[in-house]
Amino acid sequence: MTALIEIDALTVTYRAKGQEVQAVQGVSLSVAKGESYGLVGESGSGKSTILRAICGLAPVSGGTIRIAGQPVRRGRDFARQVQMVFQDPYASLHPRHTIDRTLSEPLAIHGIGGADQKVPAALEAVGLPAAFRFRFPHQLSGGQRQRVAIARALMLEPPILLLDEPTSALDASVQAEVLNLLNRLRAERGLTFLMVSHDLAVVDHMCDRLLVMQHGRAVEELARDDLAAARMKTDYARSLFEASADRLMGA
Amino acid sequence: MTLLSVKNLRVSFATETGVVQAVRGVSFTLGRERLGIVGESGSGKTMTGRAVLRLIRPPGRIEADEMTFDGQDLLHASDSQMRALRGRRIAMVMQDPKYSLNPVMTVGQQLTEGLRMRDRLGRAEAEARAIKALEAVQIRDPARVMKAWPHELSGGMGQRVMIAMMLIPEPDLLIADEPTSALDVTVQAEVLSILDGLVRDRGMGLIFISHDLRLVARFCDRVLVMYKGRVVEELAAGDLMAAQHPYTRGLLNCLPRIGGPRQPLPALDRTGDWAE
Amino acid sequence: MSSLRVWLSDPNPSSRRQARLGQAWLAWLRLRRNPLAMAGLVLVLALVLAAALAPWIAPHDPIAQDLGNRLLPPGTPGHWLGTDDFGRDILSRILHGARITLQIVALVALTAPVLGLLVGTVAGYFGGWVDAVLMRVTDIFLAFPRLILALALVAVLGPGVGNAVLAIALTAWPPYARVARAETLTVRGSDYIAAVRLQGAGAPRIIWGHVVPMCVPSVIIRVTLDMAGVILIAAGLGFLGLGAQPPLPEWGLMISSGRKFLFEQWWVATMPGLGLFLVSLGFNLLGDGLRDVLDPRSAGK
Repeated sequence: MTALIEIDALTVTYRAKGQEVQAVQGVSLSVAKGESYGLVGESGSGKSTILRAICGLAPVSGGTIRIAGQPVRRGRDFARQVQMVFQDPYASLHPRHTIDRTLSEPLAIHGIGGADQKVPAALEAVGLPAAFRFRFPHQLSGGQRQRVAIARALMLEPPILLLDEPTSALDASVQAEVLNLLNRLRAERGLTFLMVSHDLAVVDHMCDRLLVMQHGRAVEELARDDLAAARMKTDYARSLFEASADRLMGA
Repeated sequence: MTLLSVKNLRVSFATETGVVQAVRGVSFTLGRERLGIVGESGSGKTMTGRAVLRLIRPPGRIEADEMTFDGQDLLHASDSQMRALRGRRIAMVMQDPKYSLNPVMTVGQQLTEGLRMRDRLGRAEAEARAIKALEAVQIRDPARVMKAWPHELSGGMGQRVMIAMMLIPEPDLLIADEPTSALDVTVQAEVLSILDGLVRDRGMGLIFISHDLRLVARFCDRVLVMYKGRVVEELAAGDLMAAQHPYTRGLLNCLPRIGGPRQPLPALDRTGDWAE
Repeated sequence: MSSLRVWLSDPNPSSRRQARLGQAWLAWLRLRRNPLAMAGLVLVLALVLAAALAPWIAPHDPIAQDLGNRLLPPGTPGHWLGTDDFGRDILSRILHGARITLQIVALVALTAPVLGLLVGTVAGYFGGWVDAVLMRVTDIFLAFPRLILALALVAVLGPGVGNAVLAIALTAWPPYARVARAETLTVRGSDYIAAVRLQGAGAPRIIWGHVVPMCVPSVIIRVTLDMAGVILIAAGLGFLGLGAQPPLPEWGLMISSGRKFLFEQWWVATMPGLGLFLVSLGFNLLGDGLRDVLDPRSAGK
């Protein structure tokens, strides 16, 4: 089993006003090609920080990150390997750019032509009408914006998609549609997902394996079946399970 | 006994592209019980809560056939009458304590402000009442929290302070607008049980506004389901699983469940007449 | 006309141009709802029209002297705003003076904000020593008193409208740099900037294509509100004899030379003063209205 993403003893330290905060402490995980891996935890657990560290947006102070066996190298090539879908659909699209501009920009940056065919094709792939091409983000609903964000992430055809709570800002009915879309795209294109969420039910639906995190540390790694059968070994993982499962069993 | 009676409430906003109707004819009554109002964004549930307290400013307009609280007409009450009601008899708890607590006042100052201005209590007595209120929301070290600034509090603690603040004047009706949505999952349960206990002990009426149908069903006696400004279904919380309306059923079914099947989640079918 | 309206309000534009014009149309509708902003717009447009059409609508030559008709009061037939101490028609001089005012406004508006925007966004985006150096340079220019700088320039280069504009522009750009930097610091941490960095975009593309468009509304609002001040400073320089030189009908100069007659023949100084007041008011009202329309925080509600 070839691991596409390998993280080994990662530590991320933020320095502010003379104080040091370790957002991530010695976390290791590996994601196989084509797998969907979840990072679960509450606020402050460091799960989003791991995604940012992979993208080079967080100060890594220890450990290594390898993509396809190579240490991560910043630059244009990285963009064609890894892309990210952000949490807040209202903040991840430039408010003054049309959807067309947002989707064609990655192509322009890498000198890839054919935007006139690729942009409408991307809109169709995420279930948006082609007529939306020249709309602005504020003319779209939250779910529609998130679809655009997904389309944007896929424009460069990366094999790895990082997802930072992609549906937590969306209504329940819209969340279902977006999750279905993500699953479909993963199956169609053989993508590898590393997904962050605070919602165990979403992670259960989307991921094959998951890592529970707390206060920057890895608490327990579970396979999906273990989660469904409540076979967790640590107390914290169990308390998370109980807090989510509680309102899902019956009404 | 009916505490609040609302008939045909309509809230509209005039924008440069036309009139937007946020609430289109909502009617309900509330006694000393817990009513949940559930809906997605744009359903008008928050506007309904604010309309009761007349917290909507022009260009928003509130209209209704009737809106009465304990015999008093809310619709035509003067500003000073509404001010006397707000906080004292009808209170509101909002979603994120980061935004609803004043960042430049300590917790103690905010808790005692109302008591000293409105009820004209002396400082020592107001502080004693404030400490009692903090104890009622199970804050273990109330004296320390009184001196703390809002940004020093965690989300759950901030929300408990908010609840304490709102319940000091012992209101008859509490409107809670997504009170736990900004909190971590493990903290949500705690805050809800505190709210539950307080509402029960004091015999208050509660309007619980949320987007989470299952949470509301567990916590409330009756549930109103709203969509695009209208009430599409009203039922007792216990009957939720037997809901009839396609929207309610859709909302119940579209959530992923731990241990659920790996098939695509059933998406909401918005083609019915009710979706207008 | 209505097919144009339909085209502009199409919810699904089919080209970038249509999309942008549609948004501008909506912004115009929002502005139109504000009566004070419309009043400001009318005043500013009046300035522009007066300047554009001055040679055709001015009843007399602004420079021609007519000493037999000096100091006539307003209301005299043929000289509706009166004449000055050289017998020149004040109305004509005001209309022609509008050209000079507009020239000053346009030159300053095209140079200072652009420079400030570039300095501010680059400083805000890069941070570190780039930020420190650029901001200290900004501070130096901010510390210059305008009048002293104008005096210095006049001493070196000679008096004139051009040098007055140069003096104003050199001291007007720092606030725009500050405003742009503040906006950039907010924008820098946004997800959409992170997204485009992740796509491999370089700093120039990010600054020019992503950061600057977010700063432009604040700068435009600031420029409109500053225009009133710029006009007054230019008038002040003219008043001191450092800007426009006689016989140019620059408003500040007119006020200065009308000072001698302020009590007896008040109209010589007051009429151009009223003109200054109305134009400044117009820019202020328009700037306030634009703030409500252009503020990205209120867009899309």
